[in-house]
Amino acid sequence: MKKLMNEADRFVPDVLEGFGAAHADLVQVHGDPWFVTRRDRASGKVGLVSGGGTGHEPLHVGFVGHGMLDAAVPGPVFTSPTPDAIVAASRAADGGRGVVHVVKNYTGDVLNFETAAELLEDEGIAVRTVLVDDDVAVQGSTFTAGRRGVAGVVPVEKIAGAAAERGDGLDEVVAVAERVVGQVRTMGVALAAATVPHVGRPGFDLAEGEVEIGVGIHGEPGRRRGPLEPADALTGHLVEPLLQDLALGGDDEVLLLVNGMGGTPLSELYVVYRGARRHLEDAGVRVARSSVGNLVTSLDMQGASVTTLRLDPELMALWDAPVRTPALRW
Amino acid sequence: MALDAAWAVRWARWSAEVVVAEREHLVELDRRIGDGDHGENLARGLSAVQVKLGQVPVPDQVGEVLRLVATTMMSTVGGAAGPLYGTAFLRAAKISGVSSLSPAAVVAMLEAALEGVVSRGRASPGEKTMVDAWAAAVGAAQEAEGAGADPVAVLAAAADAAEAGARSTVPMVATKGRASYLGERSAGHMDPGAASTAMLLRAAHAAAESS
Repeated sequence: MKKLMNEADRFVPDVLEGFGAAHADLVQVHGDPWFVTRRDRASGKVGLVSGGGTGHEPLHVGFVGHGMLDAAVPGPVFTSPTPDAIVAASRAADGGRGVVHVVKNYTGDVLNFETAAELLEDEGIAVRTVLVDDDVAVQGSTFTAGRRGVAGVVPVEKIAGAAAERGDGLDEVVAVAERVVGQVRTMGVALAAATVPHVGRPGFDLAEGEVEIGVGIHGEPGRRRGPLEPADALTGHLVEPLLQDLALGGDDEVLLLVNGMGGTPLSELYVVYRGARRHLEDAGVRVARSSVGNLVTSLDMQGASVTTLRLDPELMALWDAPVRTPALRW
Repeated sequence: MALDAAWAVRWARWSAEVVVAEREHLVELDRRIGDGDHGENLARGLSAVQVKLGQVPVPDQVGEVLRLVATTMMSTVGGAAGPLYGTAFLRAAKISGVSSLSPAAVVAMLEAALEGVVSRGRASPGEKTMVDAWAAAVGAAQEAEGAGADPVAVLAAAADAAEAGARSTVPMVATKGRASYLGERSAGHMDPGAASTAMLLRAAHAAAESS
């Protein structure tokens, strides 16, 4: 393993101290417990809080700022933050109109946010939870923990953040966030696994010429393995389930988000974007908005995910609304 | 032989020692069907418990020791294991607020822990989770207590059964937690949460034997 790191147990603090110093104009990093808040907090708005393991940067800390999150709670690498940190971040984000927790559907995240929400309710802070489960690789059924929350969390945070910024109430922010959750789907592929710093070896083994289709964002194995094919063919395996799951076609307009897992160059992401866009357009779907980049990474995993969000005029306007965070700005 | 606060402190310390020693083993189990962080998270949390026990005056009731273990794990373990073990020890602490545990109190403590894990994780036996180890331990403890065993023997029965319960997860197909994403591919591997539960209950018994 080769990593740019100091001692393994200093990794998360080093990441957060660097992040806080680099973006001191936008965010403030708090320690013991670790959480990040925005500098220009508007009072009297609904607070939007998310969190999850470190290693997915810029998610979630990079999305703290005007028009998006009020606070983010980073956990250890690939590990959910603990309830005490979520409580502290939520208190800081509460402007008196309640707090919305945006939670990716992973057992650890769900249990820790649920425990924190119970503690916050005891303190008299209104908390609502929006569960993001956009990963179509997992069939939602009683036989699994349900579909995972992956790159679809970015449009949820962006759009819910814009709704909160314009002054929507707790119920309205939750409603718009849930509308996004209902219309966003993602499918990913890994070419090589991530290596967690304190573990020191890849999270799973892939043979040369083999890919993991339907991989999650914590290096957990996906649903099936297949041969490495040309990019357009692989991209097709990612886009087809999205088309089917959302029943896309006709005059649908979508946001197309091609996300890198951390170890794949931007050039390859554009190859994937090209293939995905053609595939969607061949199905009669209009790509109205696009985003390409490393937004929800998995440390140094090689691979990419494709996300589609079916847009309506309001969701499009909220996506377009101004945002000023370390990782997204327009 | 008394299962008192000193026993509970030894249990916590020995749990930390065994999990730190078995850290790599737990990492490897979790790497096969999860994301490989269980050994790391649990070792971090239980080491924090050890530190905490060295900083504060040692509580004189079993329940207070278990409460300290619960709150420390909840704020240091993370992942799914943090809230699950945290809730288990918190519920167990409520039931064992006495200076020394009777055989019935040992059973009640284990029942409360199992109930906490089930209510937090919404899993039932047979889903390849730590519930399989906890549930087996509770069943065996109830049986031993019914047969007139002393508290240490009740714990011994619970620890043996937890290990068997952990082994029973090997052929299971996971339907809860992160391993469930693997479907059929999860069969053939022991659940790491069930494995660590067996380690903690073995530590509870070993701590009682030495008293």
